[in-house]
Amino acid sequence: MRKPRISLLRASWLVLRKDWMIEWRTRARLTALIFFSLSTLLLFSFAMGPDIEALRRHAPGYLWLALLFASVLSLGESFRVESENQALTGLVVTPVEPRAIFLGKVFGNASLLFGLSLVLLPVAVALYDIDLSRAPLTLLLVLFLGSVGISAPGIVYSAISANARARDVMLPLLLFPVLVPLLLAAVSATRFTLVPDAQDQLPGWLKLLTAFDLIYLSVGFLLFPKVAEED
Amino acid sequence: MLSPQPAIQLDDVSKRFGSRWAVARLSYSLPAGRSLLLTGHNGSGKTTLLRMISTATFPTAGHIKIFGAETREKREELRHDVALLSHASFLYEDLTAAQNLTLVAEFLGLDQRKELVASLLERIGLTSRADSPVRQFSAGMRKRLTIARLLMKAPKLALFDEPFGELDPAGILQMENLLRELQAAGTTIVLATHLVEQGQALTQERLHLDQGRRENP
Repeated sequence: MRKPRISLLRASWLVLRKDWMIEWRTRARLTALIFFSLSTLLLFSFAMGPDIEALRRHAPGYLWLALLFASVLSLGESFRVESENQALTGLVVTPVEPRAIFLGKVFGNASLLFGLSLVLLPVAVALYDIDLSRAPLTLLLVLFLGSVGISAPGIVYSAISANARARDVMLPLLLFPVLVPLLLAAVSATRFTLVPDAQDQLPGWLKLLTAFDLIYLSVGFLLFPKVAEED
Repeated sequence: MLSPQPAIQLDDVSKRFGSRWAVARLSYSLPAGRSLLLTGHNGSGKTTLLRMISTATFPTAGHIKIFGAETREKREELRHDVALLSHASFLYEDLTAAQNLTLVAEFLGLDQRKELVASLLERIGLTSRADSPVRQFSAGMRKRLTIARLLMKAPKLALFDEPFGELDPAGILQMENLLRELQAAGTTIVLATHLVEQGQALTQERLHLDQGRRENP
């Protein structure tokens, strides 16, 4: 008798929901992530001094740097729970399709970063005097695409470095160079949702963000089984 | 009726980690429905062999067939029929006992999950701790929860790697009864243990490994 199977989408949702449940049960980690990124924003604000114009101009960069640093914590944590008790192997032999694990973890991590960015936005308004009313929906789209863009390659590299001795060092070393085009696009797109976009550059940056997401979602989707399964 | 295909067919199987051969040119066949005792000293290759049979890892050379299907090619299908109780519990420490089991039931696409989880928790004597996170469990309780995780799959082939470790006398008795029940239900069993006498009383065949090779015990 063949046993019932679940679809890739359902399995991805179950992985994502499982990660949310773990995050919710261990809220101390979530709190640490929020305070870490808030401190980053605050430090940049102090470092720049009272020059409001400069603060406003650099705000998108500071926001994305805070999210980038936070992502290293959240990505590392995402696979620490899978390393403990060899839970990842347990998932694979249950069986859970490794590509479902990839999709679930990418969107779980992206939702965490996106949620974090929503917490950071009002703080950025207070610290950097930015105006969110110009294109709020586009800004949310940029934050979402950027969060997915960090998470897609981030999950692959986090899985690769999970069992390494120097995993905390290895993850940013592998990840940050790959993220350079994404961060350029995210910072620029965020800037043009906050200030007038005289030369209509925003659509171009949005296209780059979308393309980056699609490329790394596809690459991760194809490669992740090799990473998750022992040979 | 038993399957005409052997439950496990090892053809010249080897597994290498770096420069060390954990399993070397091992051939063996276990008919379906039979039970096998796997013995050997620490580092003799028992765990590696069980992990290869479970499709958690694959041979460097040679082939493993489970019920006639090659493990590397048919891994997805085989994983529904094979379950491994290993040294690692595969449990999520921050989830409760019930949540860990429910998750497995959901991944397996099983119906009536609430009832199933409740009955398994009762069977392993953890009903009162259903809503406690695994992090608070003793080693013996974790082992029992891992057994429930295995039973959830109702596997055709069940692999047990040192199943008596960390269990108290009552737990060991429970484990022995469980192994007998599974055998009576037609499940093929592989049992790796250092407790040879205990293992022999529960199994019909024996395979002894020494440095990854088949040896006479």
